[in-house]
Amino acid sequence: MSGMDDLKGFGLKILVIHTAFKLTMPRPSPGPADLPDGLLTARPVPPALPLPFDTVKVSAGFPSPAADYEEKTLDINEYLIRNPVSTFFFPVQGESMQGAEIFDGDVLVVDRSIKARHGHIVVAFVNGERLVKRLHHRNGRVALLAENPIYKPLEIHEGLELTVWGVVIGKFKRFAV
Amino acid sequence: MPIFALYDINNCYASAEKLFSPKLKDRPVVVLSSNDGCVVARSAEAKALKVPMGIPWFKMLDLARQHGIVALSSNYELYGDLSNRVVSVLRQFTPHLEVYSIDESFLSLDGFSHLDLEDYGRAIREQVLQWVGLPGCVGIGLSKTQAKLANFLAKKGLAGSDGVCNLLSMPSSLLDDLLGRIEVAEVWGVGRKIDAQLQSMGITTVKDLRDADPSMIRQRFSVVLERTVRELNGVSCLELEEFAPDKKQIMVSRSFGQYAYSFSELSDAVATYTSRAAEKLRSQDSMATALLVFIETNYFRQDEPQYHNSFRLTFPEATSDTRELVQYALEALRRIYRRGYGFKKCGVMLTEIRPKEAVQASLFSPAPGESRSDKIMSLMDDINGKWGRGAIRVAAVSAEHPWAMRRERKSPNYTTRWDELPVVLAK
Repeated sequence: MSGMDDLKGFGLKILVIHTAFKLTMPRPSPGPADLPDGLLTARPVPPALPLPFDTVKVSAGFPSPAADYEEKTLDINEYLIRNPVSTFFFPVQGESMQGAEIFDGDVLVVDRSIKARHGHIVVAFVNGERLVKRLHHRNGRVALLAENPIYKPLEIHEGLELTVWGVVIGKFKRFAV
Repeated sequence: MPIFALYDINNCYASAEKLFSPKLKDRPVVVLSSNDGCVVARSAEAKALKVPMGIPWFKMLDLARQHGIVALSSNYELYGDLSNRVVSVLRQFTPHLEVYSIDESFLSLDGFSHLDLEDYGRAIREQVLQWVGLPGCVGIGLSKTQAKLANFLAKKGLAGSDGVCNLLSMPSSLLDDLLGRIEVAEVWGVGRKIDAQLQSMGITTVKDLRDADPSMIRQRFSVVLERTVRELNGVSCLELEEFAPDKKQIMVSRSFGQYAYSFSELSDAVATYTSRAAEKLRSQDSMATALLVFIETNYFRQDEPQYHNSFRLTFPEATSDTRELVQYALEALRRIYRRGYGFKKCGVMLTEIRPKEAVQASLFSPAPGESRSDKIMSLMDDINGKWGRGAIRVAAVSAEHPWAMRRERKSPNYTTRWDELPVVLAK
């Protein structure tokens, strides 16, 4: 299939992106010109503040000995975010999740593309409120647990509607300096 | 054989509002136009209460109180961000896509016919719903017009299942029956005027139009409607427009939150709109040779003195320089401004726009692309891009706009501003 041959030229990266999204999309042998469109989506937004990349000054004289060792720069987005399209930020108010190292004023990184499972920390809508809790789902019991002994579990009974909004995959915070 | 799918977000604005506000769950929600005037979007609950589209908010206050209808100002920042995310998800399902509007995109499914297209449509819907949180419908057909029609059928629950309708797999007897029951006005491109004419000819349903003689339609109406007939028959005439063509006109106009009476208030507004239009002009690397300024009093208050006028001005040379454009715009405003009226709306339209490379330089001006003006303007755009619109501006634009758009019921910019992110409670 000629489409696959075209893909090979782009190396491993393309295949990794495809498995990451569990794409069921077929590849109808696109021409090479078609490829970028379909693939750029993994990171539609470039980092707003990439670290300066080209710090080694070009000079006419002796070439920099560091030039061969240059690696890519570190991007905090890449560290915190797996899937920008499905990622949203939520600041935290309250103390009930301290045991999970989530503190008042932290900003949560929430990824909707992850299916919530038992044990995940989630943002959930219950009773008209936005909450952050640990999801318990075992043996027919559904509950939202706090990570602080002062706070009781919130049992999800019949008649109480729970919307699991997204899975918390990280957090960040700035200090006043 | 080309195959098109149309993805459409259900009740886009209302769904976007509900996504972040748990208090809005199951409640009827309407979103109002700029200056909180008329209903431009309704949630499913509001539709069930038969809130008509376009009704002025003040006329439905009783109904709103009775049913607890929540009204919100348009939050274009939020809708825009979510719409971009939806498009990113859709792009994973096709190499060719046309963003048709804030809530609609056409996807080319050429070469996908070996798949179960209903399943594929469902996968698209589910992926958008899970990743971005907005519900939508998918219509599939052999032309854009068919895809649009299929989407309508899916949305109304008339055909297909789970919000997906595929005309390709529908038995023709069933399709005939269905299209015979849908008014011709629902067809993409059939406006009110054409609808009235069609009705008078006895073409009242979609089926009637589909089965009409194309050459007769061409004679009586236009090539455009003839194309619509062919498209309804599954012959694709409208291609996917993946790249929006550069605009030939750039218009910036808005209604004021409160009346503007004085020349200085109006000139402030005109200068602001001109600056915005100039930014758009430069972002597509074009220059304009003419502009039009218009001002209007409040048409809906016939008890108040009425005045509206416009003035068109052609420049000696094409330009994209905000400073020059603002001067021209203010000159145009001076010609039409009258004292003693409460103005409700004004606007600026740049016309005769051409790509920068195509503009002929005059004998005495430097070649475009290397002038001082270009450098200043690109610096201005950079600064405003970084520090926010209006950080640097021409002196005719003031920092505060008393006439600015009223959006008193706007929800926070949940996804685009650090200080307006939605708080979650750890309690």
